[in-house]
Amino acid sequence: MTSRLFVPKDAAALAVGADEVVRALTQAAGKAGRRIEVVRTGSRGLFRLEPLVEVETDEGRIGYGPVSPDEVAELVAAGLFDGAEHRLRIGPPEALPFFARQTRLTFARCGIIDPLSLNDYRASGGFAGLEKARAMAPQAIVEAVKASGLRGRGGAGFPAGIKWETVLGASGARKYVACNADEGDSGTFADRMLMEGDPFLLIEGLLIAMRAVGAAKAFVYVRSEYPQAAQTMTEALTLCRGAGLLAEGDIEVRLGAGAYVCGEETAMLESLEGRRGQVRAKPPLPAHAGLFGQPTLVNNVLTLAAIPTILSAGPEAYAALGFGRSRGTAAVQLAGDVKNGGLFETPFGLTLGELVLQIGEGTESGRPIRAVQAGGPLGAYFPASLFDTPFDYEAFAAKDGLVGHGGLVVFNDTVDMAEQARFALEFCAVESCGKCTPCRLGAVRGVETVDRILAGRDPGASLELIRDLCDTMKFGSLCALGGLTPLPVLSALNHFPEDFRAPHEAAE
Amino acid sequence: MTPAPAPWDEARAAQIIRAHAGLEGALLPIFHALQAEFGCISDEAAALAAEILNISRAEAHGVLTFYHDFRRSPPGRHVLKLCRAEACQARGARTVEARVTGELGVGFGETTSDAAVTLLPAYCLGLCASGPAALLDERPVARLEGERLERLIRDARA
Ligand SMILES: Cc1cc2nc3c(=O)[nH]c(=O)nc-3n(C[C@H](O)[C@H](O)[C@H](O)COP(=O)(O)O)c2cc1C
Repeated sequence: MTSRLFVPKDAAALAVGADEVVRALTQAAGKAGRRIEVVRTGSRGLFRLEPLVEVETDEGRIGYGPVSPDEVAELVAAGLFDGAEHRLRIGPPEALPFFARQTRLTFARCGIIDPLSLNDYRASGGFAGLEKARAMAPQAIVEAVKASGLRGRGGAGFPAGIKWETVLGASGARKYVACNADEGDSGTFADRMLMEGDPFLLIEGLLIAMRAVGAAKAFVYVRSEYPQAAQTMTEALTLCRGAGLLAEGDIEVRLGAGAYVCGEETAMLESLEGRRGQVRAKPPLPAHAGLFGQPTLVNNVLTLAAIPTILSAGPEAYAALGFGRSRGTAAVQLAGDVKNGGLFETPFGLTLGELVLQIGEGTESGRPIRAVQAGGPLGAYFPASLFDTPFDYEAFAAKDGLVGHGGLVVFNDTVDMAEQARFALEFCAVESCGKCTPCRLGAVRGVETVDRILAGRDPGASLELIRDLCDTMKFGSLCALGGLTPLPVLSALNHFPEDFRAPHEAAE
Repeated sequence: MTPAPAPWDEARAAQIIRAHAGLEGALLPIFHALQAEFGCISDEAAALAAEILNISRAEAHGVLTFYHDFRRSPPGRHVLKLCRAEACQARGARTVEARVTGELGVGFGETTSDAAVTLLPAYCLGLCASGPAALLDERPVARLEGERLERLIRDARA
């Protein structure tokens, strides 16, 4: 009898030796005279378990992890292929509290199916949303998206249905859909996981979007730092094309080229057009005049990937989940020094403290948490005193922070918050597209000013200058790169002022 | 190990450019393809792309120099991208960075004198719960400590 094994090929599993583990498994099976079939899946998303090896048994799938290649022989001898006891055995993965507490809609298949098997996808309910959409008028699809309450998952949280309606109503010689898979925020990996673990879901969402707005061409702009995701998306599209599934129009993967600002939608459009990734002034909105001047729907990977579920299960079911004006599920990404780092999909509304302390179980290092940066490099640093803030766009904004793309980076008590503020400004300076002065020059002046404070040169006036610079950047920048860099800087200053003192002062 | 870059060949370059020229907004795909073939995008290559796409040399040059990924001179045999972003910082990336730059004797953007490896910064590789993380050529490596870090440095120097 052949044993079926499952080992992720998600980049986070490859990065800790998943391929070596598969090689060792094949070898050990040969030696033991056992026949095995290894299915390469995406990751379920609890990264401390990677590489996670699962075996199919009569009681369902049994997991072992984290497995290192040199433990494989011992594991096989202990009976891995039959699901036997071992200290690395975690039982059925879905029974672990980290997974049992989730509401997986978008990530329901991730880590479970073969991402490039159309049969697996169909057998697990795939294309049900597209089938429904194909029987609906474009306006009815737009109404469903509006009724779901879905907001853009790329960072700004703009209501998806309203954007879709604008593109549907816009006139142009042709229309485009541009999927933003630039995922540049540190602390985020959900787009990557989805593209590597369930690419057909994104393709299904794209086809529905194309039908709804009347676009005959779509692009997926994938950052070049994600070679595996780009590869899996490309292969998935080839399979769909071959199966005649791209009835609405062709979808093409395009690679970014290492510019963070190209995640900003108008810079992304410039880049797709083959130009420098410089931000465009708005208006016109991309929905009216986007790619090549034509009406263009720009949505994040997770926004589009939520669409099939919204159509198949009904918008009411989606809207029933959530908190305040944040409806549906959020793909919370626990990152940094956190024990249970990974992907936690849950309705909006858990508090920041519940997420990092209960779900994340605190730091991996065992040190106390000092700060959590939420929403990427343009997001605020939250101190423990704000851990009661619910995960919700408005609640985070009320604390001068943002939910962004859903990343939470946990820092322990060794962090130097002045160093983090300096980094935020340095990052802005490195990544600025250069089009507007507040961002291009403000960030450089900001770095110099933090350095002056730390050197103890006129700290009072320097602190005032930083606040002044932040003000200019916030109100004078063309896009949110310059406009939001003040969030990490000011949150560090306001919540952790003790770190902004020259060494001699701090010693006093 | 990535295949060694091919020596400059104008006819081959023209062929690559023409193969992509029909794409909408073809310049980035062309630059990626040229760099994959020749290891970098020389001024000659950029000028040829401009000529075939019928855009100005200045425009092609402007695009070439805007993006961090595109190189105008050949890299080492390996390209090591080390993540410097916040989530990796929270997991000890600054220590790893000091170790790697010290061990290789180069800073970011530099190539070792034996041309083994070019060290580049990356701002997030999406391995944010398993940092510190790196990309050696196109292979992701994470939890950089102990033996895995030693091996990465050895592989990069190979
Ligand atoms: C500097 C900057 C970087 C951004 N990076 C991304 C990104 O990587 N992915 C993304 O989806 N949105 C990013 N955004 C937000 C986009 O501009 C845009 O709001 C989003 O793609 C719209 O899709 P959504 O409505 O589905 O969220 C970025 C914005 C800024 C200002």
